[in-house]
Amino acid sequence: MTTLTLGKALNQGLRRALTDDPKVLLMGEDIGKLGGVYRITDGLQAEFGADRVVDTPLAESAIVGTAIGLAYRGYRPVCEIQFDGFVYPAFDQIVAQLARMRSRTRGAVSLPITIRIPVGGGIGAAEHHSDSPEAYFAHTPGLRVVSVATPQDAHTMLRQAIACDDPVIFFEPKRRYHLKGEVDETTDLATAPPLGSSRVLTVGDDVTVVTFGSLVPTALDAAIAAADEGVHLEVIDLRSLSPLDLDPVEASVRRTGRLVIAHEAARSGGLGAEIAAAVTERCFNYLEAAPVRVTGHDIPYPPAKLERHHLPDLDRILHGVDRVLGRASAEVGS
Amino acid sequence: MTTTMSKHQEFLQLLDPSGERIPSADYDAVIADVDGPALLALYRDMVVIRRIDLEATALQRQGELALWPPLLGQEAAQIGSGRALRADDFVFSSYREHGVAFTRGVTPVDLVRVWRGVTASGWDPYTVGMATPQVIIGAQALHATGYAMGIRRDGADSVAVVYFGDGATSEGDVSEAMVFAASFQAPVVFFCQNNQWAISEPVGLQSPGTLADRPTGFGIPSLRIDGNDVLAVHAATRTALARARAGDGPTFIEAVTYRMGPHTTADDPTRYRDPADLESWHARDPIARLAAHLRSTGVLTDEAEERVQRAATAAAAELRAGCLALADPEPLTMFDEVYAEPHPELERQRAEYADYLAGFDDSDTHIDIHIDTHDDGGAR
Repeated sequence: MTTLTLGKALNQGLRRALTDDPKVLLMGEDIGKLGGVYRITDGLQAEFGADRVVDTPLAESAIVGTAIGLAYRGYRPVCEIQFDGFVYPAFDQIVAQLARMRSRTRGAVSLPITIRIPVGGGIGAAEHHSDSPEAYFAHTPGLRVVSVATPQDAHTMLRQAIACDDPVIFFEPKRRYHLKGEVDETTDLATAPPLGSSRVLTVGDDVTVVTFGSLVPTALDAAIAAADEGVHLEVIDLRSLSPLDLDPVEASVRRTGRLVIAHEAARSGGLGAEIAAAVTERCFNYLEAAPVRVTGHDIPYPPAKLERHHLPDLDRILHGVDRVLGRASAEVGS
Repeated sequence: MTTTMSKHQEFLQLLDPSGERIPSADYDAVIADVDGPALLALYRDMVVIRRIDLEATALQRQGELALWPPLLGQEAAQIGSGRALRADDFVFSSYREHGVAFTRGVTPVDLVRVWRGVTASGWDPYTVGMATPQVIIGAQALHATGYAMGIRRDGADSVAVVYFGDGATSEGDVSEAMVFAASFQAPVVFFCQNNQWAISEPVGLQSPGTLADRPTGFGIPSLRIDGNDVLAVHAATRTALARARAGDGPTFIEAVTYRMGPHTTADDPTRYRDPADLESWHARDPIARLAAHLRSTGVLTDEAEERVQRAATAAAAELRAGCLALADPEPLTMFDEVYAEPHPELERQRAEYADYLAGFDDSDTHIDIHIDTHDDGGAR
């Protein structure tokens, strides 16, 4: 075990993947000498060469599109999209090309491409640097979508994503890059929890709280705060957004009867809607209250000085818990 | 390579519309080995693919294909370039490149599978060295460039060739592909068939200048050629391939041709095209000019012509019989190969739909009742 930040755990995961498989190569803007704007690829170009850690021209569609061509040729590219809000120029290549190629060719062409995207807000950034676009990709058949929350998962799941023969959209919660944790870098990918699995983090009988990525630590803080008042939260880290592993959520809700879902992205059409619908379908008769979503508002990401009013925080998650327990009034209109 | 940075008002032509051979100091050596029998083979390919194309249009008119994008008029551009490739080269094309696919060994029936709606890909890209034709305009230019970047990494001397049209030159992906190809000196040939039309939009709407002038701004040399002249197409493609194999990077070819048919069988060009325009291009027909040349050189005898026509008729018959024999796929196969690795939600949906379908096995009456109920509900 080593203590690593989440960012360093990613860096080590990339180093390991580059070492283990000569077909792995990294592509992105500023990932070479600079080591990426978040330094996730720090030192990798010096170690593996400019042919394997490739600074690309500034064209996101081309980063993904040429990665598709490289994968056609047998390579296993790992693309870095510099910020969440910069992924949209690559949207066609991701949803109309990358996601469909295997199905289109009846399995003849595999595109094992990982697209790393720093995601979410909370860093006081300029516009287009704080988005949470996960629902677009989770809605797209053919993609796998994951969101890591801990240094260990960052390390293991990144290696799993790169080894996966399906394309993977890999979200990294940028405001947690400095989060520290114990990491076992020798984890065997075959025996580690599968890439598509969720994880129960705290056991509690009162309310199930489902979240992922940046809000996992916030939900854990909420569990501690709620326990002080005698309310026990079962916090579940989804880890995978496509496929969703809802079996542990279903089992939990059958005990608690109450579900809170938290994410940074806008509410309407977000992951929370899918989770609420699926859980309601699966265990309607066990629900004591309607599922509650604690999310960003349906607004373009606000200016930095307002983001604390947009992002779910400890108090808003606790408020959601109060609502699902019938201790607080529902928000207007919901 | 000539005319790298100059304006391309003219184009390379080695066979004029009357079939007369025009000497070229730059390109005669490139095609010195293309003798009478080789030219006759190109002629045969062009006649056969035109017949296949016409048969596919007929099959669409008869309701056997949902749609067909005819290549009529572009035979020289496609056969002349496709026959310049090696087996280990790799093609990324748009959806009209039936002639290129033919040169890669795609069978007539495999050409129409997608258009009959029985599959999303008519062939395995790796067995023929040609990707599934692309529908999103220009998207494949990036795939070809990435593939070429992979070739370079592998130290191989094969080449990726991307086919696209005049309309695609306006797409960002084509520009981005040229940026990457130039930056990484990728062994890729950008083969643009300027057939003058992007559905109803004339090429002048895409660019006020010639398309071949555009790549020079990206640092990519270009050639502008008569796309209805199979010899010029062959010579230019060989030249571009040789540059790529030698490690000299990408080349852009603008093959000036004409889409003599509709965009697809769903299109009506009489709404936007001057019949006189079409007539003038008939006079430049790629097959007629090669036939005239081969007649004048004594290569195309009546007997040879008959052999070619028999081959074309046989190919059309093979297409028709094969097309009519194509069965609808089993419904549950649509769940196959969406993912390489297990995806529990999709497996759940497959099982759910399998159960639903199995419900119809009980009796035909059950189906009728179900549908009737449904219809009544809709009527109210």
